[in-house]
Amino acid sequence: MSPVLAGVLQLLALIAALALAYRPLGDYMARVYSSDKHLRVEKWIYRGIGANPNTEMRWPAYLRGVLAFSAAGVLFLYVLQRVQGILPGSLGFASIDPDQAFNTAASFVSNTNWQSYYGEQAMGHVVQTAGLAVQNFVSAAVGIAVAVALVRGFARSRTGELGNFWADLVRGVVRILLPISVIAAIVLVACGVIQNFSGIHEVGQFTGGSQQWNGGAVASQEAIKEVGTNGGGYFNANSAHPFENPNPFSNLFEIFLLLLIPFALTRTFGRMVGSLKQGYAILATMATIWLGFICLMWWTEFAHHGPAFEIAGGAMEGKEQRFGIGASSIFSISTTLTSTGAVDSFHSSNTGLGGGLNLLGMQLGEIAPGGVGSGLYGMLVMAIIAVFIAGLMVGRTPEYLGKKIGTREIKLAACYILITPALVLVFTAAAMALPTPGNSMTNSGAHGFSEILYAYTSASNNNGSAFAGLNADTQWFNSTLGLAMLLGRFLPMVFVLALAGSLAEQKPVPATAGTLRTEKPLFTGLLVGAILIITGLTYFPALALGPLAEGLAT
Amino acid sequence: MTTDITKQKKQEDAVSTTTPTRAPHSDVPTGHKDEGRVGAGLFDPKLLLKSLPDAIRKLDPRVMVKSPVMFVVLVGSVLTTVFSFTDPGDWFGWTISAWLWLTVIFANLAEAVAEGRGKAQADTLRKAKTDTVARRLVDDREEQVPGTELRIGDLVVCEAGDVIPGDGDVVEGVASVDESAITGESAPVIRESGGDRSAVTGGTKVLSDRIVIKITTKPGETFIDRMINLVEGAARQKTPNEIALNILLASLTIIFLLAVATLPPLADYAGTHLTMVVLVALLVCLIPTTIGALLSAIGIAGMDRLVQRNVLAMSGRAVEAAGDVSTLLLDKTGTITLGNRQAAEFLPVSGTSEADLADAAQLSSLADETPEGRSIVVLAKEKYGLRERHQGELAQAEWIEFTAQTRMSGVDVDGRKVRKGAAGSVIAWVRERGGEVSEDADTLANRISEAGGTPLLVAIEDTDGARILGVIHLKDVVKDGMRERFEELRRMGIKTVMITGDNPLTAKAIADEAGVDDFLAEATPEDKMALIKREQAGGKLVAMTGDGTNDAPALAQADVGVAMNTGTSAAKEAGNMVDLDSNPTKLIEIVEIGKQLLITRGALTTFSIANDVAKYFAIIPALFAAVYPGLKQLNIMQLSSPDSAILSAVIFNALIIIALVPLALRGVQYRPMNADRMLRRNLGIYGLGGLIAPFIGIKVIDLLISLIPGL
Repeated sequence: MSPVLAGVLQLLALIAALALAYRPLGDYMARVYSSDKHLRVEKWIYRGIGANPNTEMRWPAYLRGVLAFSAAGVLFLYVLQRVQGILPGSLGFASIDPDQAFNTAASFVSNTNWQSYYGEQAMGHVVQTAGLAVQNFVSAAVGIAVAVALVRGFARSRTGELGNFWADLVRGVVRILLPISVIAAIVLVACGVIQNFSGIHEVGQFTGGSQQWNGGAVASQEAIKEVGTNGGGYFNANSAHPFENPNPFSNLFEIFLLLLIPFALTRTFGRMVGSLKQGYAILATMATIWLGFICLMWWTEFAHHGPAFEIAGGAMEGKEQRFGIGASSIFSISTTLTSTGAVDSFHSSNTGLGGGLNLLGMQLGEIAPGGVGSGLYGMLVMAIIAVFIAGLMVGRTPEYLGKKIGTREIKLAACYILITPALVLVFTAAAMALPTPGNSMTNSGAHGFSEILYAYTSASNNNGSAFAGLNADTQWFNSTLGLAMLLGRFLPMVFVLALAGSLAEQKPVPATAGTLRTEKPLFTGLLVGAILIITGLTYFPALALGPLAEGLAT
Repeated sequence: MTTDITKQKKQEDAVSTTTPTRAPHSDVPTGHKDEGRVGAGLFDPKLLLKSLPDAIRKLDPRVMVKSPVMFVVLVGSVLTTVFSFTDPGDWFGWTISAWLWLTVIFANLAEAVAEGRGKAQADTLRKAKTDTVARRLVDDREEQVPGTELRIGDLVVCEAGDVIPGDGDVVEGVASVDESAITGESAPVIRESGGDRSAVTGGTKVLSDRIVIKITTKPGETFIDRMINLVEGAARQKTPNEIALNILLASLTIIFLLAVATLPPLADYAGTHLTMVVLVALLVCLIPTTIGALLSAIGIAGMDRLVQRNVLAMSGRAVEAAGDVSTLLLDKTGTITLGNRQAAEFLPVSGTSEADLADAAQLSSLADETPEGRSIVVLAKEKYGLRERHQGELAQAEWIEFTAQTRMSGVDVDGRKVRKGAAGSVIAWVRERGGEVSEDADTLANRISEAGGTPLLVAIEDTDGARILGVIHLKDVVKDGMRERFEELRRMGIKTVMITGDNPLTAKAIADEAGVDDFLAEATPEDKMALIKREQAGGKLVAMTGDGTNDAPALAQADVGVAMNTGTSAAKEAGNMVDLDSNPTKLIEIVEIGKQLLITRGALTTFSIANDVAKYFAIIPALFAAVYPGLKQLNIMQLSSPDSAILSAVIFNALIIIALVPLALRGVQYRPMNADRMLRRNLGIYGLGGLIAPFIGIKVIDLLISLIPGL
């Protein structure tokens, strides 16, 4: 079987699996967030944290919940790392330095999971399991909660109430993320992913010398790493490590997991706003971009340039033999178009244009299908912008899902789309202008610049994958990337929730023949175009100096 | 440019003696036309030159800052000019600076031209607003005061030849008034105390009789003052949608500002230094200057299109709302049907011939000057060849006028008494005279009523005694093309509701014939109000027309309330638009103009944003191909040199503004169609067109530049 055909077959299998899970999972999630019953375990949790899950919150209250909870998460994770040295079960690892501890805390709470540390050489069982793994669940649940609040903003009218943050958070963990992760972890264990609390093993190498391998609760963390679009690997090599991702099936399964909830949330959205077709239109937009990117990635990675590539059947550098170009491309596109950031190949070793696709995927705002929750709300904000322009062209004040897009809504949406480009470009320019940050580059020329651009793109969009090569464990990068992650995660949430509150207060406008039909393929096409032109073009000059310059070099 | 108003002013002296109480409905819609119905504003290239001084005056930063996009271009122009002074030998810097200044001036020119058209109208209006001397009544004595000293509540007297000194209501008397100064309509109108025709407007002229007017507005806030402000754009406030669009454009500008401002350290690392001139050029090309430059012109032109149709919108908000209207409340009479009922057929009772009936009907109507009466005479003439006899031919004829008590009219001549009128009254008249009422009469009358018509019974008393001859079928005649027009509106997603005082039976018949979606029969002002509130509660926007004082609450409640100029001042005050022609059918056009305004904004925004793709392909390779030769492959337009590429993009960016000024002023062609088709069409023209056009434009400019020797 040719590598290309293998890639296509794997892609088809992946799409079939996602399609099978789409309806039941999407409908189930809609029920979870619409139900007014509480499970017993949930009631215990509410009592424990002193929250009343039945009060409706307006957007400021909802936002306070999100921010307070996340701030507590950052603080807890920071302290946990700082005291690792005196904690039992830490494999003897020392406490983490302040700047790296801040970076890691910001990273896991913001669902970014950027890692400036080597997991197997820095984090013990306690920090990994009680700190990082916990944030893998709750940061993902926060993302879904905010998306659900926005969906409620569309679905509700004449009220400012968006639901209860604590209920949404707890349900997301208890009813969605935990059950899926348990099943996924069992499948992963069956594939050969390790799950233990053993210590460090000294293993002899074939070529002489020795290597340290440590055990850990890897399968359980691997499951939520993908399901919650987190991406922080137990080991530094992430999903390229055989203990995390042993074979082609586990590889495909991990891609399936990281795409599962983001795609299915479009069904949840359709259900909750009372029009499945609207959900399908958003799904179609996400799927179009995702498939388009995969095809482009295949095209550039399979392209045969030079003798080495020809012998390998494509750009095999940095890719695992057991996955090949086809599956590695699907993985790298899926991880950068979601906020996952897990990797099964070195993005830095992709062709110039391939690395550019990874960059652009994140720069689009990670909305195709995006992170759990964040992908949906990011896409809906873009839909609002597209509706605003297109809606005018049908001669009406623009409206989306029966809600008018007026001054307030467009103001909030405009602020939302400003944030990540500002963070990425300003931090990147600062790093390039200052004398020291450039020392972290491994490569020179355009590729070296790509490393820095990639780091800030990844952090600001809460992806977490790295263009390996950059030494990011410096005070400058730990601090600025940490800031970029926090601002890139929580500032947009402020605007999304304000937008949700504004939409929920409106009365619905009934659809007529004069209304822009947002469930039609034409709108999907328009939305894809708007995303590519409005968000994509912002980065064109920067991309030209990095991946384009590299990829087009002859 | 000439306006209707200037033309009509000249006709002021040639006023006809007929005094219709309403301006004639000149533009009865005629269904589809091939060209867009709205649009076709005048654009004269000479206006560009004439507006140039205004455009330069608008360079004042305090004015420019209102448009964030163009303000950035202005700052950029200043920066490049300053930098050019530091390197005076650099022709490239000077040329870019010059074109950046032109970009700003072109934008101001667009606005100035749009305003200029209004100014011409304002000047004409000012002439009408000559300072008048008012004859104020104080304790029944007249005193002469300047019109500007009148206060609300003052009573003033106006006699034939006087110019009315201010807006007010007639409280005493009746007069014919020439309102051509504001309406452009030369036929005088009747103004009388009480009722729905009591409002008078300052600046209009009393032609006959004497009236006493109670002033209702302060000087400086009169209708004519407001009109001047409106057409001049002085009172122009940004509309909600315009503000929203401005915010989006500002945020895109900030994003591109960031993209360009963060570029120098990146370029330095790559090994090339970007000059200020190049950076500003890149920025100006990327920010949405096309729509930023034309946005305010589009808004002014939209209001102007209404003014050209003799509609005054009191706020831009109302014009936008018109585009969103989903329910139209249309008065039956005058909007859907021709103003009056017309005789459609003569139905004789058994034993009477149609000709006899027609003869009697005509005879009874000869003196009847109402449109209904005229139509009976005409029908008898056309259908039965009965010559129209003149009143003078019938000596000793005694004409019986219609009164509210008798509800009959007719004639006593040659020993015959002929009567026509409401069924009950005529039957009573016959019975009174000992005549027999045949059963046919009732059946025929009922049948007509059920069909939505109005039956008029015709009876005669002669030597054979009193008896009913038959029934005249008076019918509401639906205007030509209304059915098609409602069909169009339905496709645009607009529901039409016919409002009528008729009984439900009649209303339904006419509603069916006209093809409206719904009707409100036996409508009282309260019913109307309730209907509007019900529609609005469902999230719909409602438009209506009205003229009476009792319409005022509904006009105020409606999202778009168009008051007829002939109406009361209360109605005009309550509505957010005034139709000077008092033509209720115009509501449909107002909706179309509102839609066209929004479409023009959206289309040019799309065009402007889509343009960026080509500009990137021109500028990025020009900037970086020297250090990264691979980027030459992005120069897909094969532009001759880096300088020429950047310059071509900047020139295209400036020229496209001028090229689109006519479109901005005229508005994007609009045809009623559903949203899907409209989006596909506009996206094709302005989206795809916006992607492709600059590739061609920049290439052509580059070719021309490369022809200049020495470059």
